[in-house]
Amino acid sequence: MKNLVALACGLLFGAGLALSGMTDTAKVLGFLDLFGRWDPDLLFVMGGAVCVTLVSFRLVLRGKPLLAASFNLPTRQDIDPRLLGGAALFGIGWGVFGYCPGPALSALVYLDMTTGIFVVSMLAGMALAGVVVKKAGS
Amino acid sequence: MTEYLTPLLGGLVIGLAATGLLFLLGRIAGISGILWSAVADGLADDNRWRWFFLAGLLLGPLAYHLLTATPYPAAPSLGLPFAVAGGLLVGFGTRLGSGCTSGHGVCGIGRLSVRSLVATMTFMVTGIVTVYLLRHAWGIT
Repeated sequence: MKNLVALACGLLFGAGLALSGMTDTAKVLGFLDLFGRWDPDLLFVMGGAVCVTLVSFRLVLRGKPLLAASFNLPTRQDIDPRLLGGAALFGIGWGVFGYCPGPALSALVYLDMTTGIFVVSMLAGMALAGVVVKKAGS
Repeated sequence: MTEYLTPLLGGLVIGLAATGLLFLLGRIAGISGILWSAVADGLADDNRWRWFFLAGLLLGPLAYHLLTATPYPAAPSLGLPFAVAGGLLVGFGTRLGSGCTSGHGVCGIGRLSVRSLVATMTFMVTGIVTVYLLRHAWGIT
């Protein structure tokens, strides 16, 4: 049951990404091109999604999850260099190619080789981050 | 105006999907975290939902394009070096910074997390600066 729910949520999420234009790198780079020919469309994607979660999460978090014992939420609240550095590097990568993780995975179904290489590189980057963090001992 | 309607609708659907995952499974729909945990923990019992979610993430767009007869977007115009560099940075950065557009942006802001709001502003700014540098200052792309 949990797996089917996860599948359905993933389906909806992926359909939303495709519908919104997030799986189109040209569109995403146009959105990030604030000082060029700015394409504001994707502002409405983030805006629409956050409008929903700002209201719905508040309601949902008052109770308990339907199919789990408790909510599984991040607990940290401090702004540390790792958060800032990670977010900064992620933004640079986003600006270099135009994919963030979700749309990159969704776009795999378009069967474009460059997209596949992006996803493999992304996984390598994640693995690398694990090694670096371990070495830094934090 | 109608050109804003489709992205807005897409955003609402994304928000709905994140709400569903939180309400039903008590989980945050953060794609970078789900992806890495799925890969790292393999097919352990309590990890399987992640693989199902990821399967949906791929099948969703397929269903959308088929059912609405919408053509696929154009393939990325940038070449291999950009895919490798972009991919490495996105993977490295999202794991280091514990989240991406979905986990920090859509879900984190939704639950009023200051960490997520700061992370989201940070990656938006560096994304915009990167495109400015690559396109306009240096004229590389």
